[in-house]
Amino acid sequence: MARKHAILDGFASRFSGVASSSGGRIALREVPFSAQLDFRANPADGRVVDSVHKALGFVLPTDPNTAATAGGRSALWLGPDEWLIVGGEGEESLLTRVLHTALGETFGSVVDVSANRTVIEVSGSAARDVLAHGCPVDLHPRDFGTGRCAQTLLAKAQVIIHQVNDAPTFHLFVRTSFAWYLAEWLLDAMTEYCAEEPIGVSVPLGGQESPSPLRG
Amino acid sequence: MLLIPCPWCGQRDEIEFRYGGAAHVEYPADPETVDDATWARYLFVRPNPKGPLAERWCHSQGCRRWFNIVRDTVTHQIMRSYRMEEAP
Repeated sequence: MARKHAILDGFASRFSGVASSSGGRIALREVPFSAQLDFRANPADGRVVDSVHKALGFVLPTDPNTAATAGGRSALWLGPDEWLIVGGEGEESLLTRVLHTALGETFGSVVDVSANRTVIEVSGSAARDVLAHGCPVDLHPRDFGTGRCAQTLLAKAQVIIHQVNDAPTFHLFVRTSFAWYLAEWLLDAMTEYCAEEPIGVSVPLGGQESPSPLRG
Repeated sequence: MLLIPCPWCGQRDEIEFRYGGAAHVEYPADPETVDDATWARYLFVRPNPKGPLAERWCHSQGCRRWFNIVRDTVTHQIMRSYRMEEAP
């Protein structure tokens, strides 16, 4: 059986260097392999909404750019009839079954998009400032707090930003093909919040720190 | 850079959107029967006013929904933003 390979494996040491050199003001890590399902259903269909609520513990959010979380799983608003259901590693088939059952015979769809995006977790008191370096959405707490999500561009890469707690901690859902680029950009944007330069910005692509995803 | 009000997501930067041309161009009711001139007019002729213009935009990097806005082509002022199912 093939070994699972997180796209940002090679960044682990540079990621962990940020937390210490920034004096705890910022930390980042990859949260790989989360189960992600694109769920489309009619939000006005009370039976579907109730069924999801009973099974997963949250009500599918209908306010644009909001998320609902329960039991470590979340539903992120993607559109008026579309959500990204996020669960832990290996929960794809469980969530697929739950959502299929909720849909029943009604019009909708459940698609496993787990391989589409990886998650970069950015947290700490300076996290908001780092993201603001490259994000056109207003991330000020009066406008963007815990439980908010947004699909937007971060340094020209399409991302879904989800604020998961008041630390603040942000989950950045980024396409795996953009993950390296975004990780490099984040490390660069974090330089000014770090005491020295421990994050090896000068390591060239293809060097020891960044194994090619095409290998192994 | 325009700040475009998506009817779902609110004010977002223009870079998140894709332009879709003039809105409310009516598809011929019975395309089999229209003559070439009418068909060509439907395909190629678009309003080009100096002033308010109803146009389609897609929030391609956001909620990926199409919607309409009314934009002044001179001042870029956006007077209105409305969903596809809403009346012009």
